[in-house]
Amino acid sequence: MENNKIVLLEGVCKRFPAGKTEFTALNNISLSFGKGEFAGLVGPSGSGKTTLLNIIGSLDTPSEGTADVLGKRINLLSHKEAAQLRNYGIGFIFQTYNLLPVYSVYDNVEFALLLQKMSSEARKKAVMEALEWVGLTDKVKSRPSMLSGGECQRVAIARAIVKKPQLVLADEPSANLDSKNSHHIVQTMKRINKELGTTFIFSTHDEKVMQYLDRIIYLKDGMVDKDEIVNK
Amino acid sequence: MKKFLLKGILHDRGRSLLPVIVVATGAMLTVLLYSWLTGVMGESLEMSSNFMTGDVKVTTRAYAADADQFPNDLAILDSDLLVEELRKVEPSVDWVSRIRFGALADFPDSAGETRGQGPVAGWAIDLFTEGSQEAQRFNLAASIIRGTLPDKPGECLISEDLAARFDVEPGEEFTLFGTTMEGGFSFTNFIVAGTVRFGSAGLDRGAVVIDLNDARNAFAMQGATGEILGYLPETYFDEEEAEAVKAKLNARWTASEDEFAPVAQTLRDMPGMGDLLDYTKSISGFMIFIFVSAMTIVLWNGGLLGGLRRYTEFGVRIALGEDNGHIYRSLLWEALMIGTIGSVIGTTIGVVIATSLNIHGIDISGMMKNATMLMPSIVRPAVDSVIYYIGFIPGVFSMVLGNALAGAGIYKRETARLFNELEV
Repeated sequence: MENNKIVLLEGVCKRFPAGKTEFTALNNISLSFGKGEFAGLVGPSGSGKTTLLNIIGSLDTPSEGTADVLGKRINLLSHKEAAQLRNYGIGFIFQTYNLLPVYSVYDNVEFALLLQKMSSEARKKAVMEALEWVGLTDKVKSRPSMLSGGECQRVAIARAIVKKPQLVLADEPSANLDSKNSHHIVQTMKRINKELGTTFIFSTHDEKVMQYLDRIIYLKDGMVDKDEIVNK
Repeated sequence: MKKFLLKGILHDRGRSLLPVIVVATGAMLTVLLYSWLTGVMGESLEMSSNFMTGDVKVTTRAYAADADQFPNDLAILDSDLLVEELRKVEPSVDWVSRIRFGALADFPDSAGETRGQGPVAGWAIDLFTEGSQEAQRFNLAASIIRGTLPDKPGECLISEDLAARFDVEPGEEFTLFGTTMEGGFSFTNFIVAGTVRFGSAGLDRGAVVIDLNDARNAFAMQGATGEILGYLPETYFDEEEAEAVKAKLNARWTASEDEFAPVAQTLRDMPGMGDLLDYTKSISGFMIFIFVSAMTIVLWNGGLLGGLRRYTEFGVRIALGEDNGHIYRSLLWEALMIGTIGSVIGTTIGVVIATSLNIHGIDISGMMKNATMLMPSIVRPAVDSVIYYIGFIPGVFSMVLGNALAGAGIYKRETARLFNELEV
């Protein structure tokens, strides 16, 4: 892996069977992301943003080419090894939050740490710290149904960062939020990015998110159309 | 992680309520059915042992061949000597002589003419020897309806139903017509000391209980007896022990080719008893199988529905780094916890109901009016140590099995579709 590069994609192609033919979702993508980047994948629907996030997040493997994430070659990982990589190194933020509805805010954030077999004291400290980052320490006992959309997404951010991953992947994180909340959660992520050095990769077509990005990669028909640094 | 799963079970009623209800119901029914069937079968066996077969029975070989006809012409001669021998060989067994007989009872009117006649089934047991357990075995004291227990030779007990049929009062005399050991005609007068109801329609139709020596005198069987019954010290029939006693005794007598040589049989060897014993033994296994099968199907479906409901949760957990095997094992843990909770609830309810029924009993005499099977008229579920755990077997096993089958679908989940699935 190149210096400081935590994601390195070389000639990545992804093809899906479509009847008797194949649909090419990604075509010869070569990209790299360094530590602490705040980057976005932008493009119309079907351009390959989610497929690319899937591969970077070790949820899928390339049909061709190589993908190295946090020093692991995705192509070669077993299911268990891929889960291990996600557990320790990658945080996920979803458009629809996907909090576990029967658990409290605290439990939702703590869950990722339970898989790491941390002591309960260490877990508690980490959870409270993550909730402090997103400004929800007063909601630890609340259930997701008692929170607003913006608060739910902040819990999701806390859940993604609680294990201090090097990489956070966020798929359309502001799509379900109003303007004020969109700004708020992106500002929160930006602050985490700056202070913790966590790399964020978004898929988005939300202008409000794009204005905070340092780097925007435009995808079109599964290929990189443009890769530009915007806020150096 | 277990605490996390337990929280989920407690907070998510959709996850736990239906399975707990199903498991608790199944465990309760298992406990009740087990205690009911073992109670009825156990009491039936005990009654058969006390009245008919003993745990081990010694007769002549010829008598054994036609035992259902009570062929007293094939009785054991010098039976007291044989009883002494048996007491030496197997001192822990209570050996008692009995004569079974069929006879005709003739009840006279005040002028001495026949008022009514009816067939009776007779038991001649040792009523008067000090230390004899026979009266307790027949539960005579508690079975008395009118009159008293016989306290001297020539007195007898008759069943209350028989007495009612012929309008007989305690203190009245009647004549018993039977046959002697040599096949001659026998008629002997007895005084009705009291009437009894044993609680079994088969016995209560026409039973007469007389003393052994009276029967010997009546049927010219001095020194002889039809049957020698052995009772093991255990309250309930111990088949293994009974078979050991039988084998030991028969080994002493096999060399003889005399058809009047003694032969030992256990309760199992009596007509119909083997099937009843096998049924009693297999009933718990059979019941558990039925309940496990039925509950597994219900819980399997419940698990599949739960899996659909929790589809997003599993997806999130996979995305957060939990592997499929870990999720599957956590489902089994949940099933174990729910199964245990449901089993505790169901077993508690089942034990309470079984204990209550055991105390009060259920009167089934109305159903037993024409029955020939020896069964008590008031049946009680058995309350033994087994009812405290038998409900856990189908309860926990079917819950885990149902979830194991339903949860297997987690391995088919494609991680590559997670983003799409989770953002619907």
